[in-house]
Amino acid sequence: MSGTTLDDYTDRYAQRVHGMAQSEIRALFSVASRPEIVSLAGGNPYTAALPLAEVGEMFADMIATDGAKALLYGPGQGDAALREAICMVMADSGVDLSVGASPDDVVVTVGAQQALDLLTRIFCDPGDVVIAEGPTYVGALGVFQAAQCEVVHVPVDDDGLIPEALQETLADLAKHGKRPKFLYTVPTYQNPTGVTLTEERRERVLDICERAGLIVVEDDPYGALGFEGKPPKALRARRREGIFYVGTFSKTFAAGLRVGWVLAPPAVRDKLVLATEAAILCPSALTQNAVVRYLTTMPWREQVKIFSELYASRRDALLTALSDYMPAGMRWTKPGGGLFVWAELPEGLDSKAMLPRALQQRVAYVPGTGFFADGSGRGQMRLNFSFPPADRIREGVRRLADVITEQSALSQTFGETHPPASDDVVPRP
Amino acid sequence: MTGTGSEPAAAQTIAELADARVLILAGGLSYERDVSLRSGRRIADALRELGVHAELADVDSSLLSTLAKDPPDAVVFALHGAPGEDGSLRAVLELLSIPYVGPSATSASRAWDKPGAKTLVRESGIATPDWIALPRETFSDLGAGALLERIGDSMGLPLVVKPSRGGSGLGVQRVSTAAELPAAMMAAFAYGDTALIERFVPGADIAVSVVDFGDGPRALPAVEIAPKGGEYDYVARYNAGATTWHCPARLSDDVAERVAEVAVAAHKALALGDLSRVDLMVPTDGEPAFLEANVAPGMTETSLLPHAARAAGIGVGHLLASLVRNAIRR
Repeated sequence: MSGTTLDDYTDRYAQRVHGMAQSEIRALFSVASRPEIVSLAGGNPYTAALPLAEVGEMFADMIATDGAKALLYGPGQGDAALREAICMVMADSGVDLSVGASPDDVVVTVGAQQALDLLTRIFCDPGDVVIAEGPTYVGALGVFQAAQCEVVHVPVDDDGLIPEALQETLADLAKHGKRPKFLYTVPTYQNPTGVTLTEERRERVLDICERAGLIVVEDDPYGALGFEGKPPKALRARRREGIFYVGTFSKTFAAGLRVGWVLAPPAVRDKLVLATEAAILCPSALTQNAVVRYLTTMPWREQVKIFSELYASRRDALLTALSDYMPAGMRWTKPGGGLFVWAELPEGLDSKAMLPRALQQRVAYVPGTGFFADGSGRGQMRLNFSFPPADRIREGVRRLADVITEQSALSQTFGETHPPASDDVVPRP
Repeated sequence: MTGTGSEPAAAQTIAELADARVLILAGGLSYERDVSLRSGRRIADALRELGVHAELADVDSSLLSTLAKDPPDAVVFALHGAPGEDGSLRAVLELLSIPYVGPSATSASRAWDKPGAKTLVRESGIATPDWIALPRETFSDLGAGALLERIGDSMGLPLVVKPSRGGSGLGVQRVSTAAELPAAMMAAFAYGDTALIERFVPGADIAVSVVDFGDGPRALPAVEIAPKGGEYDYVARYNAGATTWHCPARLSDDVAERVAEVAVAAHKALALGDLSRVDLMVPTDGEPAFLEANVAPGMTETSLLPHAARAAGIGVGHLLASLVRNAIRR
């Protein structure tokens, strides 16, 4: 009577799969998609603001005139016309020919996510150290964890990554004989905090990395979505060497197309192309073709402006509601662009433990723990403002404020206790 | 199903359901929505595989008009958590005269409230671990520190703290030291306004599915749960490979028989009709202790009832088809 685990392959999985499990947070989020819930938890761009009829015509025309090619395999590195167009887009962030940005060095990927995956595949062995902001993009953590990397966080403040902390982290790692493979950073309108690395800090961070011989992976999905003018120039616009620039059309056009890219020097580019061919053969010719058409036949810069203005008004709605409703002891970032606000709860509250209560009050957010590899973040949460309309955002914040106030009272009752570090443990239902 | 006892022959059951339309309610707004949707799809597949016309419906504001306009012949609940298990939707179906599988609204409501169910079961002479159920206000009114200290002193450790309602192990904590108690209370109160604090009974973790095909409730083979990580938490429940299930449970014949008796007695005490799952702790030398009863047992690929049915030589589809047919006949 050996029993069953209902998985006949338990002892055959690769080592890297062992830590992968569906958590109760995933279960709770299944409720967040229901219309009754005001979801401040997502990260979706507001694609309803696209001129969908025109985009539809564009797609129809593409198939009618170029369908045979668009429905075939394409080159592993990506469509040449798209790589040209990507250079045009990158030039807006200062990443242009003057710093050696050439279509030859662009590798088109299935969203920026695949770019992160490819870079991690070609640079990291199990156990390698990757440095990332703390908190950082949850999807990047997923990639690093799947590659069995050790993620070391460097804290951020309202001005982005803290250079002194980076310096200290590097010194500490060196003391332990560890050489990090790269720094992963989202310097502009960061996910999840919304903060932007200041002009002055950009140079200091790059100097530190240069001195340490540390590669920088610059992830820039939100740089074009500034609300008050342009952000500081991209890191890659400041240095030719040592920085791999990752971009995407997910936030400026359509996330559903899954088109992103990475700009890397020729030797690295070749490795990336081989790695992507091994993984997926080639990115979708259809969606690449659509992006080329979109960029060459439609007013894409005006559309980015439409997105930015819409998100700016929703950010304002979120910040105003936070000021109006939130109890004392809360603080939050005030992003100049992007999709997210990062909020810190009053002392003693736990965003993960509080989530069911929030869902009961019909509002959802992402607990801060998802953005750290080390279990921190219980006192924080990420709030999205790009997707819900302004009035829903306000209502969501009102509900959330009630939950926080109620939880504060409960926390006081139980003496500001912190739940155990492990997830809910259960002897029986 | 082979047609032993009063179980109907499979072919006859399916023939009776030839023109029936079965609606499976799943999803809803409970924390267990995801699990519920998975259960619902499994139930639909199991019935469809037998040629029974089964549809899946989420519980939202359009449900009532759909039910009224085009009432199904029977409803199967795959809803975990309120309102599927608390009796409220069952009451609505009773109002609409739509037959459904499982206990009545009143019984479901009784089982849903864990402290209430424990009281009823204890009154029937069945063992259940000592407990105290307290709303959050009691702690704020009386002072949590002193109250928890008294609870710890009186009940001893370890304790299990859980929301008084709900399932899937959400918000449940085992507490081994007094220092862990406040955090466990907070976790339970995140899922509901009343927390159940129960003395932990060491032993085998056993689930017994009870079905009634028309001739009285009977226990299917007990399932023993042995989570690899030691705790039967959400991860252990819903990730294949994280838990080892033994069915039949590794119990002596005598104990297995007693476990079945206790499960059926609890099922009867709570008047759970034709379907329930009774969860018990079975100490190495002692009487099986009732923990709770579920009126809409999980039907996912890692759920307990499908195990038990398989061990009894009954296909899940046939089991459900029989219960559906009986519901329609009622």
